[in-house]
Formats: sequence, C-alpha cells, structure tokens
Amino acid sequence: MQLSVNGELKQAAEAANLRAFLADLGIDPRKVAVERNREIVPRSLFEETLLSDGDQLEIVEFVGGG
Amino acid sequence: MDDAPLIIAGRSFQSRLIVGTGKYKSYAQNAEAAAAAGAEIVTVALRRVNVSGDVGERLVDHLDPQKFTYLPNTAGCFTADDAVRTLRLAREAGGWRLVKLEVLSDQKTLYPDMEETLKAAKLLIAEGFEVMVYCSDDPVYARKLEDAGCCAIMPLGSLIGSGLGIQNPVNIRLIVEQTRVPVIVDAGVGTASDAVVAMELGCDGVLMNTAIAEAKDPVRMARAMKHAVIAGREAYLAGRMAKKRYADPSSPLAGLI
Repeated sequence: MQLSVNGELKQAAEAANLRAFLADLGIDPRKVAVERNREIVPRSLFEETLLSDGDQLEIVEFVGGG
Repeated sequence: MDDAPLIIAGRSFQSRLIVGTGKYKSYAQNAEAAAAAGAEIVTVALRRVNVSGDVGERLVDHLDPQKFTYLPNTAGCFTADDAVRTLRLAREAGGWRLVKLEVLSDQKTLYPDMEETLKAAKLLIAEGFEVMVYCSDDPVYARKLEDAGCCAIMPLGSLIGSGLGIQNPVNIRLIVEQTRVPVIVDAGVGTASDAVVAMELGCDGVLMNTAIAEAKDPVRMARAMKHAVIAGREAYLAGRMAKKRYADPSSPLAGLI
C-alpha cells in the first residue's frame, strides 16, 4: 500500500503498524511525534495503530531554531 | 545582594538569558555557545524528519533536554491554527507544556500578527499549555495576552534577526510597568549593549539567537551576552543616577590650592 509521509510517497506492507513502519524508516520512536491524517497519534499507541492505504503521515522532531 | 530567580509558570531559573538554537555552524558550536551564555532555556523548532536519506546530527544529542529546558517555538507559522497544530505535536514529541508562541504576518518583516497570536494563545491556554508569547511592543495587546493567561510577555526589540536593538524603549518600559508576569525582550538584540538596554528598562530577561549565532566568534559573544544581561539587571536594581544638563564635579571644591 502507498502512504504519504512528510509529503513523500512511501510503500508500506499491508496492515503494517506505525511502530514497525517507523523502524523500517530508521526512526527512533522516542524522538518524534506523529500525525496521521491530521490527528496526533500518542506514542503509546504506535504499536496498535494499523496503517491504511492512502494515509497521510507527518513525522516531526525538534531541530535548532530561534 | 543576590537577585531573585526568574520565575516563569512556577519554574525557577537563575539565568535571565534565553538562547536560540538556529543558524549555528554546527550543533556542537551551538552547545558550546549555550553553555558560555549560562542559558538554562533554549528555544527549539519542530520540523519534518528527513525520511529519505541520512538523518544527520540531532539537536538532542548535543543539547541534553535533561539539562536545558527546551522551549518549542512556532517559528514559520502564519495562522493561529498552524501554531496550535505545531505545539500540540511539540507537546507529544517532548512532553513539555511550556511553549513559545509566535504567529507571524509576512516573510519580509516576520512581524507578529497580534490578532492571530491572541487567538492561538487562548486556544493553547484552554488546552493546558503554558504560553510564553512573542508579541509586538503594543502595550494594549500585551495586556490582552496577559489577561488571556500567558505566562511571559515577549515583545520584540526590533525585527527578528535584524540586530537593530531596542527601537522603542518607551513602549518596552510601558509594558514592563503594567505587566505582572515576566517581560522578556525577544528579537532584535544585535550586540551586548542592546541586551543591557533591555535589562536596564526593567525587563526580566532577554531572548536571542542571531546576535550570538552570527557573531564572528559565537561562543565569545555568548559570554558577552551573559555579562550584558547581568550588568543590565544589576544596573536596573541599583537604580541609576539622575541625568543632569551640566557638570557636577566628583572631587571636592573645598581645599583647592
């Protein structure tokens, strides 16, 4: 299935959960926040959140800023 | 002789200098500057993770969130909705309720849009955020933001990244006199004397990024800013002498040969 992740198209396995998907991207789940279809997914629910075709994910982290 | 700590939303800080973490050559240099500034609070931004390719260095690996209070900002947000969305994500990413709200009006000036800022502040406070707010030096809006429950009022000295110093000291002073929560000059400081001016006006602190990051020697400038904020604060507490139009000799007139 196909997802939009930070504006880029990405492929994911059917019924992949969010935690596994982040691991595939090499992302440490403790250092990011995730929005799925404009709704925040609490970190405690990453594992049980099953992704669907067409989902739009925003994955953000802290960076330097003023 | 000791000064009272700076108290923001019930948290106590010894340092009155808040520094940004943008525009540095590297996060390592950034960390060295933050340490030289003696800062306890650092502003940070929230951005998309790079999902295609090397993630590179991470801010959190250089500036320990256990040692510094991370203050997530909403830089780059031009509407209340964008700012609220960003800070909800920041709260989820870091678990912090203390945030810096800024809602900007246009790319050329990055001047705060006060109508949107006030709207966002009310939404965030209703959701339990502790909001330090970047604002114009308009005392009327500053009061509205305070009445809405903001925990620090942060008027600009001059435009973000301009280094033009405190352009409207009269308004900054009006805001200081009317405000019961900390007033922190945010934006516009270019060099140490600007930070001194802000503190001599009675501000509770200064927030800066570019003045340090774009100095030729950022670590040295960070140290200069630390001293400037302390000097300005001490001078304010000491109470300056009255200005006079003519000379007043410092040596006794009696006993002249």
